[in-house]
Amino acid sequence: MAARVPASARAGGARFAQFKLVLLGESAVGKSSLVLRFVKDQFDDYRESTIGAAFLTQTIALDENTTVKFEIWDTAGQERYKSLAPMYYRNANCAVVVYDISQAQSLDKAKAWVKELQRQANENIVIALAGNKLDLVTENPSKRAIQTEDAETYAKEAGLLFFETSAKTSENVRELFTEIAKKLPLDQAGPRNIRSGPRAGVDLRPEASGTQGAGACSC
Amino acid sequence: MEESKESQKESGQAGNGQPSPESSKPRTPEQEARIPGNGGNGSSGTNVEGREEAQDNALVAETISRTVHSKDSSEIDRESSAETPPPLPPRPVNLESTDAQNTLHLSGKQARPKLQSHPTTAVSLTDISTQVNNEGIRETYPSTTGGLTSPLSVASQFNNRFGSPKSSETEDTASIKSYVPTLETGGDVESLLGEVLGNGQQDPAWRFMTAQGENQNAADELLPEDAAFEKDFQKEFKELEAINAEGTNEEAVLDAWTSRMKHFLILSAAGKPIYSRHGDDNITSGYIGIIQTIISFYQNADDTLKSFTAGDVKFVVLSKTSLYLVAISRLGESDGQLRAQLEALYMQILSTLTLPRLQTIFSNRPSSDLRRPLSGTEPLLSALADTFTRGSPPTLLSALECLRLRKSHRQVIDQTLLKTRTENLLYGLIVAGGRLVSVVRPKKHSLHPSDLQLIFNMLFETEGVKTAGGENWIPLCLPGFNNTGFLYMYVSFLSAKEDENEDESQRPSTSSSFNKEEEVAVLLISPKKESFYEMQQMRDDVVEQLQKNGSMDLIKAAVRRGRPHVTDVVPGTVLRHFLYKSKANVQFAMPSFEPHFKGLVARRKLLSIYHTLHANVHSKISHLKVHYCVSRDSISLAWTTPLFELYCVAGPSASRGALAQSANKVVQWARKEEERIFIIGGAVF
Repeated sequence: MAARVPASARAGGARFAQFKLVLLGESAVGKSSLVLRFVKDQFDDYRESTIGAAFLTQTIALDENTTVKFEIWDTAGQERYKSLAPMYYRNANCAVVVYDISQAQSLDKAKAWVKELQRQANENIVIALAGNKLDLVTENPSKRAIQTEDAETYAKEAGLLFFETSAKTSENVRELFTEIAKKLPLDQAGPRNIRSGPRAGVDLRPEASGTQGAGACSC
Repeated sequence: MEESKESQKESGQAGNGQPSPESSKPRTPEQEARIPGNGGNGSSGTNVEGREEAQDNALVAETISRTVHSKDSSEIDRESSAETPPPLPPRPVNLESTDAQNTLHLSGKQARPKLQSHPTTAVSLTDISTQVNNEGIRETYPSTTGGLTSPLSVASQFNNRFGSPKSSETEDTASIKSYVPTLETGGDVESLLGEVLGNGQQDPAWRFMTAQGENQNAADELLPEDAAFEKDFQKEFKELEAINAEGTNEEAVLDAWTSRMKHFLILSAAGKPIYSRHGDDNITSGYIGIIQTIISFYQNADDTLKSFTAGDVKFVVLSKTSLYLVAISRLGESDGQLRAQLEALYMQILSTLTLPRLQTIFSNRPSSDLRRPLSGTEPLLSALADTFTRGSPPTLLSALECLRLRKSHRQVIDQTLLKTRTENLLYGLIVAGGRLVSVVRPKKHSLHPSDLQLIFNMLFETEGVKTAGGENWIPLCLPGFNNTGFLYMYVSFLSAKEDENEDESQRPSTSSSFNKEEEVAVLLISPKKESFYEMQQMRDDVVEQLQKNGSMDLIKAAVRRGRPHVTDVVPGTVLRHFLYKSKANVQFAMPSFEPHFKGLVARRKLLSIYHTLHANVHSKISHLKVHYCVSRDSISLAWTTPLFELYCVAGPSASRGALAQSANKVVQWARKEEERIFIIGGAVF
């Protein structure tokens, strides 16, 4: 801990903010692949399912004065992990809800997540909808199961950021996270999100609003 | 508490001579019925009692054709003949007479085949003339002829006894025979028996000399190359291709499927497929139907099917909580060993779901498809299955392996864990090089080896954890600890961290491409699902302290050193490898597999030797303390006392004396190093 340079040590007008981001979505839509592309700029053709949830960090520079650090919860998509989800999104500043553009029902699942987030998560949470596996459709347009317009219309209605992404070709991955960072309230973030100590950005206490309801086990 | 559990388990699965509930069960009518007839009864082709079963690869094809007449069993017969490719080579008509000529030391036994106690230990008694006294091993070998125990003699003696009242309990002899295919030819019946029975049988004396000659030639080659086995075994882990839409490759895929040496199938009691190591539903559904029919046939008769053998293939069935787990193997493990492997797969399912959840699923709807609630668990099951197929000392011994460290060094690490322990911690583990470095645990709870096996399997054999190289927070049930609820495990691999001082990369998220096996991992297990950040804080504290007090460097150095070579343990020894299990600590130690057992196949063969030794000394009926085993390729020794189990293997040209002497040296080494190679007590709070 001692090695960590507190935010205040940074030069003059530089801003450094830290945000908690959670990825949600059906299993096998490519959540981990998106994160891997974003964090390490890598892609594996074959990935095993995430077990539980993985916690990663990645820092991006928005401009020369502004650095944003994401603390990313990459959750497993299986039903049985659903009861854990509230723990990950409870204090999240932003969420990426992922679906697979070649799988029709994955958007339904994504919509359910969005609903749950809007009901249960932080009031000001920034939600982005990501239609992943764009590369499949570029190769073979007949594989597309969800039209861009349909998803886009829905995203607009629900007030979400929207991107079609490919973790494989890295198309729109960086853009997705950058847009989220831009939309986050850097200025109003105040001390809560400005890194002043190792744990400042993380609040374990349950939110006042009911986090139990729909988040509970759906089994 | 754990120790008693452990010993119970051991006696349950391997039978170290103690009476177990199973063996005290009255005999079933089927079993009684098959004894005299050995042919008339329909169920006699399969073994219904849960004993360690007699298995004889050469024998069973014959047995089946001889004994199976009823409808159900002929189904087995048909299936097995479909699966086990070539017919057996011709067998000699009169095994008894050749046997008598072939192995002198067995002749004495022939005179009293009716005795109940002797036939089961007969082979062992003649083979093992070593006597243990307090000083160690003193050898007396009056009966061995040239030290050659021929598999044939075992087989034929076994054959003699097959019709005897104890035939279903002759696990010891069975396993002696059972190493033959794995050791010498793998699952290939033709080459196995072609060599042993085909040639040698015709002229025992000639065969005897041939074997001797080979022994000398192969003096430096403990495990001679075996092309057939090697080829098959290399293919073992390849994924099968799918049957294409037209079905044109169906036959090829089926061939590939049946040529796998080991299968694991899991199905629900209602017959729904849940998991198969090889092949998709198109291939397995038919077999699953057959297996379900066979199992439920016995289930309906209120008599659980435990295992049966067809040709060189052994089928072991474990029924648990509306699940049937089936192992199908031609690698020559004993029933108990295969059952332990199935138990581990079952534990993995419990670890994903917990027992109450599993029960609820099936009590609500017996026809439930368990694949959905289990989705994502397949890689874990397959990793376990492959570990068993490759051969795994921890599984065989039900014990943990620890990183060798000086006692004082380990104490420092223990103290660090105790000092940094947070309120909600249940277990804290430091793992390095795939071995345990230190454990911090509550006084009341020790860590169960089967739980640790699940954790290690998850961390080191699959890619699911450490996705993108971050920290993980994993809900899991540790069935050995408590099979009704979840615990939450914080996992952090540390290697990436070591040289990073830049604050932004403090979390181990950015580095990649390093070998998991060589990493240091901190595992912190808590009953509270919200305690991730608490565990993360503890991890940071632990790592900081370990770096400060130099322990981290010591751990890394120990990992880099690797396991000692066997000659480092006993200078100048004839031993090629050994396993030493400390029973009290439920831990084992072993030297490096190098230089004698490089590669997958060599290791599998070595593990097969260990499996055989283990099966023999854990046979329920033999009460063996020392077991000495000679084969064409190796001589090996198993030695059990209340304190330890030792298994060691030397080249074929080594002398018994040298082997015994080395075994003693290993035991001395283990005693001297006890506090370095094992975690004694650990950090307890």
